[in-house]
Amino acid sequence: MSIDMSQFHQVFFEECFEGLEAMESGLLSLDIGDIDSEVINTIFRAAHSIKGGSGTFGFTVVAEYTHIMETLLDEMRDGRRQVTKPAVDVLLGSVDCLREMLTSIQNEEDVNMSSVAKHQAALEIELNGKASGGDHAPAATHAAAPAPVAVHEEPEPEEEEIEEEQGWKIAFCPYLSLLKTGNDPVRLFRELSALGTLTSNVNIQDVPPFAELDPEECNISWELKLVTDATEAAVREIFSWVEEDCALELAPLAKPKKAKKPKAAPAPVVEAAPVPVVEAAPAPAAAKKAAPTESDPSKNAPKASSSIRVDTDKIDTLINMVGEVVITQSMLGLIGENFTMDKVGQLKRGLAQLERHTRDLQQSVMNIRMLPISFVFSRFPRLVHDISTKLNKKITLKLVGENTEVDKAVVELINDPLVHLIRNSLDHGIEMPAERLAAGKPEMGTIELKAYHRGGHIVIEIVDDGRGMDKSKLLAKAIEKGLVDESTIMSDKQILELIFMPGFSTAEQLTDISGRGVGMDVVRRNIQSLGGNIDIISELGKGSTIAIHLPLTLAILDGQSVAVGDETYIVPLVSIIESINITEKMLNKVAGKGETFKLRNEYLPIIRMREIFNVKSGAATKSNEGVIVVVEGQGALCGFLVDELLGQQQVVIKSLEANYRRVEGVSGATILGDGSVALILDVPGLVRLSVR
Amino acid sequence: MTTDVHSKQIEQFLTFELANEVYGVEILKVQEIRGWEAVRVIPNAPSFIKGVLNLRGSVIPIVDLRERFSLEHCEYTHKTVVIVLCVKHHRTDTFVMGIVADAVSDVLDIKRSEIKKAPNFGSQLDTRYMRGMHVYKQNMIMLLDVDKLLNPDEVDDMDAISDSVSADSEDFL
Repeated sequence: MSIDMSQFHQVFFEECFEGLEAMESGLLSLDIGDIDSEVINTIFRAAHSIKGGSGTFGFTVVAEYTHIMETLLDEMRDGRRQVTKPAVDVLLGSVDCLREMLTSIQNEEDVNMSSVAKHQAALEIELNGKASGGDHAPAATHAAAPAPVAVHEEPEPEEEEIEEEQGWKIAFCPYLSLLKTGNDPVRLFRELSALGTLTSNVNIQDVPPFAELDPEECNISWELKLVTDATEAAVREIFSWVEEDCALELAPLAKPKKAKKPKAAPAPVVEAAPVPVVEAAPAPAAAKKAAPTESDPSKNAPKASSSIRVDTDKIDTLINMVGEVVITQSMLGLIGENFTMDKVGQLKRGLAQLERHTRDLQQSVMNIRMLPISFVFSRFPRLVHDISTKLNKKITLKLVGENTEVDKAVVELINDPLVHLIRNSLDHGIEMPAERLAAGKPEMGTIELKAYHRGGHIVIEIVDDGRGMDKSKLLAKAIEKGLVDESTIMSDKQILELIFMPGFSTAEQLTDISGRGVGMDVVRRNIQSLGGNIDIISELGKGSTIAIHLPLTLAILDGQSVAVGDETYIVPLVSIIESINITEKMLNKVAGKGETFKLRNEYLPIIRMREIFNVKSGAATKSNEGVIVVVEGQGALCGFLVDELLGQQQVVIKSLEANYRRVEGVSGATILGDGSVALILDVPGLVRLSVR
Repeated sequence: MTTDVHSKQIEQFLTFELANEVYGVEILKVQEIRGWEAVRVIPNAPSFIKGVLNLRGSVIPIVDLRERFSLEHCEYTHKTVVIVLCVKHHRTDTFVMGIVADAVSDVLDIKRSEIKKAPNFGSQLDTRYMRGMHVYKQNMIMLLDVDKLLNPDEVDDMDAISDSVSADSEDFL
């Protein structure tokens, strides 16, 4: 007669992660030297509830671990212990470790005991000045730098393979979508081999027959062996840009002596490491080896947060709105029951009311999907703290407008690009303290992360007061790489946009933080796929500002409907610059084929919608009769020639892929007022299509 | 024993007409049947994809089976129907698609044992998307395998199905 506890697990995990976030932000706000006891209390309380909860649910690993943290915090709280920077860093490390543990437990995976042991040892050193007994001996002795005690492990019976190889065993299973996000495993491997000797074992069991092969899908997984003395963090860093798109398992190269130690922590790790490779292969041969519960590769994917926490106020508003709609509906029903012509006025009023309520209802439902951007921003103080320590730079991060609300989907997708941009600012933007002082700037660099609404958009700005970008250097680099022609005259803006070109990096030396030249193009692509764009302003010596404009929501967009023959298409309003009636004298032909038109001293290419979409219905438009919609796509202007403009409206985006597949030049579909379907144009896609 | 039970199992098929031939699809795949209405053309799609339709808020593609099977084209009339089918994709999820048929005829109970394997037509006709044949009142009914016929991944290959020559089948056999 036990209660099924698993139903409460989700809530427990959510609370834990919230607690961890509270601990993290508390730790970061701790000002060494002037300790606010209330902050310590907050951190302590969070640790205490995690300990209590995990004890209740039987996650003893977590409970034991938190207990040590709690002891340390308790001493700090009572003033028995000084709060020092190393202590704070150890605690921050522990927060990460706890998060890792909880994520593993949540995904029903084995907890990576070696990293737990490592952190635990560090905690215990902090607590006692020495590590406790050997039963938590870290697996990766060499990696546990802060644990000198660990070396004095009780002597083991000597075995021949001991310590001949130091390094990591990496099981790297990209999800199918890895390549679509613009990542290339080859680059990763190149990075890895820079750390040491890399041997790889490719698993191609998942590759479908040639006819079914989609070149954009990555069906291969790898088992890598890296002989190196690099730390786990350094290895993980390389994968940081793809970690969302792959299942990654990292284990120290297994030593027989450790595997055989019956009570030793690392035992599960040794088993766990090779498993994913087998799991990911549904091929019958491998299936018998795979753990029966996890033969489904999709299970390997991290459990996406499918739940959403909503303010009760929002729910209340929603319920009110639904009530109003129901009342209006019954009122209309009453009118309809025995309708006479004299009730027309009443009916119209009722319909107007219904319309208003529907709009409000729509608004409140959309509101539920809105989350404050602080969900994303809250991670950055930690990132800035860690990286600036690593780089020996002094940097403060200012957050402005954290309560700006954006669509949940945007929140989820904007994180990676932002991380990348902030890393860039930290690494390349802000100078070393000495350099800053020499330039007459305050020693402390500032990065400002701002979010605000403008029109139907949210703008996110990353402003740094660093060294800015050297345009002449950018241009020189681009010419050297053959990306632009020497004779091209480029505006300042165009030069700055060069950094979005694939493979462009001006960093003289690569660091593990940024500068590999992958990234800015991916960042821009990610942001464009969200329907936004990215701008850059930079002044040498003064700093740079990167502004991201994103639509508030991905579910609804403002569109301009245009007619081509009998077809109606929707052009997203954001990409329209202007629409003009075309006259003969504006038209030019290049080499008798490519049509261009002159718009205020600029010649823009014309894309005939009728031709590119093969529309057969209706009479062909003469080039001097249609309307040109000037749009911006892929950073360049061009004109779509359509028959006429119909009107502007908000459209609800429906997926074409749900039941069909991607159509080139079309980003989705919508349903018009008359119930018919209209296709929404993908402006950058069309520009690409027309070039072909 | 088991094979006996298996072969006695009855499946229901919805039959429909297409250029005076009778075809059948598993009734469990059928979501609804509706009259023909104008669709929105998808640019640059193969000719047998007539376009997309709004089915209570979701956008579904409509396939003209006559064009798919390279039969002569005919005008859509008030008798023309769209059979909305739920297609299972090979591993992941389901798609909803509509097929255009001249008319719906009947629902038949067919014993598994009475479903005959489609004969091999060699390279002239690809029978990959046929589940089998069934003879009903001296009429031949072609039972279609909806999942194979309407696989969205195959849309590009569909064009080529008629001329998919033996080289293709050698690869897979």
